Amino acid sequence: MAKQNCRVVYGETLVELGRENERIVALDADLSKSTMTRLFEHEFPQRFFEMGIGEQNMISTAVGLALSGKIAFANSFAVFAAGRPYDQIRVSVCIGKVNVKIIGSSCGISDFGDGATHQGIEDIAIMRAIPNMTILIPADGIETRKIVRAAVEYEGPVYIRINRNEMPDVVPEDHKFKIGEPYVIRKGEDITVFAHGYMVFKALKAAEKLEKEGISLRVVNVSTMKPIDEKAIEKLAGGVKGIVTVEEHSIVGGLASVVAFILRGRAIPMEAIAIKDCFGQSALDYEQLLEHYGLTEAAIIKAVKKILK
Amino acid sequence: MPISDEKVAELKKIAKKLRHDIVLMIGAGKPGHLGGSCSIAEIVAALYFYKMRHDPKNPTWPDRDRLLLSKGHAALTQYAALAECGYFPKKELETLKELGTILQGHPEMLRMPGIEANTGSLGQGLSISCGIALAGKLDKKDYRVYCVVGDGEIAEGQIWEASMAAAYYKLDNLTAILDKNEVQATGPIVERYDTNPHPEKWTAFGWHVIEIDGHDIRQVVDALDKADEVKGKPVMIIANTVKGKGVPFAEGKADFHHGIMTEEQYQTARKLFED
Repeated sequence: MAKQNCRVVYGETLVELGRENERIVALDADLSKSTMTRLFEHEFPQRFFEMGIGEQNMISTAVGLALSGKIAFANSFAVFAAGRPYDQIRVSVCIGKVNVKIIGSSCGISDFGDGATHQGIEDIAIMRAIPNMTILIPADGIETRKIVRAAVEYEGPVYIRINRNEMPDVVPEDHKFKIGEPYVIRKGEDITVFAHGYMVFKALKAAEKLEKEGISLRVVNVSTMKPIDEKAIEKLAGGVKGIVTVEEHSIVGGLASVVAFILRGRAIPMEAIAIKDCFGQSALDYEQLLEHYGLTEAAIIKAVKKILK
Repeated sequence: MPISDEKVAELKKIAKKLRHDIVLMIGAGKPGHLGGSCSIAEIVAALYFYKMRHDPKNPTWPDRDRLLLSKGHAALTQYAALAECGYFPKKELETLKELGTILQGHPEMLRMPGIEANTGSLGQGLSISCGIALAGKLDKKDYRVYCVVGDGEIAEGQIWEASMAAAYYKLDNLTAILDKNEVQATGPIVERYDTNPHPEKWTAFGWHVIEIDGHDIRQVVDALDKADEVKGKPVMIIANTVKGKGVPFAEGKADFHHGIMTEEQYQTARKLFED
């Protein structure tokens, strides 16, 4: 499997789109070397705005630019992009459905070295609570390209969650990405696994192993976390013996909450793999940290077997 | 060139009319932001009826000058001015805060023509104004952005983030007006949370500062005109005002930040501003 770094792909895609559409502008809060908007800055210095380390001002400034016809990409780490300017996103972006795109980079625990302060594990919950917000989470570099393009084509507020590290390609190149549409990445009949981001890859690895034991997993990529197509989730949860959700996010307010709510009242077993309402910490290695918080293919296999037992 | 006595008289009359409509909108027995709305009546009158290039028939005209009330609770003054200009029928002024109205408690851009952004969660309007000013520079447009902030509001840290950005990006197409009415919701600024000294702060943050009496039409107009000539810097007009200006029982009173007029007070206030 080819691997790509989503933030690099994001930076390159923004440049590509910037060439096609001169309405696109980018703002960053002194993290452009990490979010990779420095590529955009290099190519379009006039259309890049360094906002210093001030995320609230960055978001509201992006609003002013968008109100003047720009498609404004405001960039920071997920923890700062969604957390620090919550009220600016709520009031100045979302009530007026302003065309601002917020990039939550180094999402989840993907900034493994920096510890709890820098690990955004509540961002989806925060963004989901705000009306008019759209939340997109690419599972790999291929989907990152599709999602950033879709965000430009869509008129209105969008939050995109981008991983810091290299991720294997899992989405078919010819997949037609559509905002709001969860889709099957791997067909299966025994258990449906709902996942997004890097966890889609983990689910696929689990599916490969379980196939050898005669267990088939239906792996669904929920790359739009808002708006959620409830009917589609219900359909994808149909005809199987149970559901597993996997997310690199707190168990509060993310994929587990959403799926459980949609399937409420149904007698279907469900297991949730997520960060258990605790903060992250530093580690020298991403995979080691994922393992510490139980975000692994082994955990998925265990959850599947628990349901099938 | 100084403006004519006739124009001054006209703007005074408009400020009076705005205050009349503010009182009318709030009515008796209901809370409303009387104080902070009345303190900006001359400023708003001078902007819409003297200074700003705008077209009520085309509220989204790309070349229009913009006014944002970062202190969004003073929206009543802007509602009155927009109605007076013809952005929407004056009859709508009777529907303040009613379910489904375009006159929300704080201004909403998708509901009312002429409102540029959603403000009123304090501290955000100046940043939005900076974004509009940046876009103006980028697009080489000559529109100007006006933003009214409160002297209580500037306790918000975001105001100072925006002030640094405006100076860094040399936004000389941005004029901010500090409505220095000296009273916040819970009492006088100097007693509750003193944000002074204002000229020193804004100068240190890289702004060109002009201080005026915010109720003197000539001074307001003169400052707005002078702001156009400043190059390479944003302009802050510090307007010394009186909260509740023109309504004797409300002047300087924190209770009328968001106070309730009795029927008697309401009638008194209305008569004050009738022609």
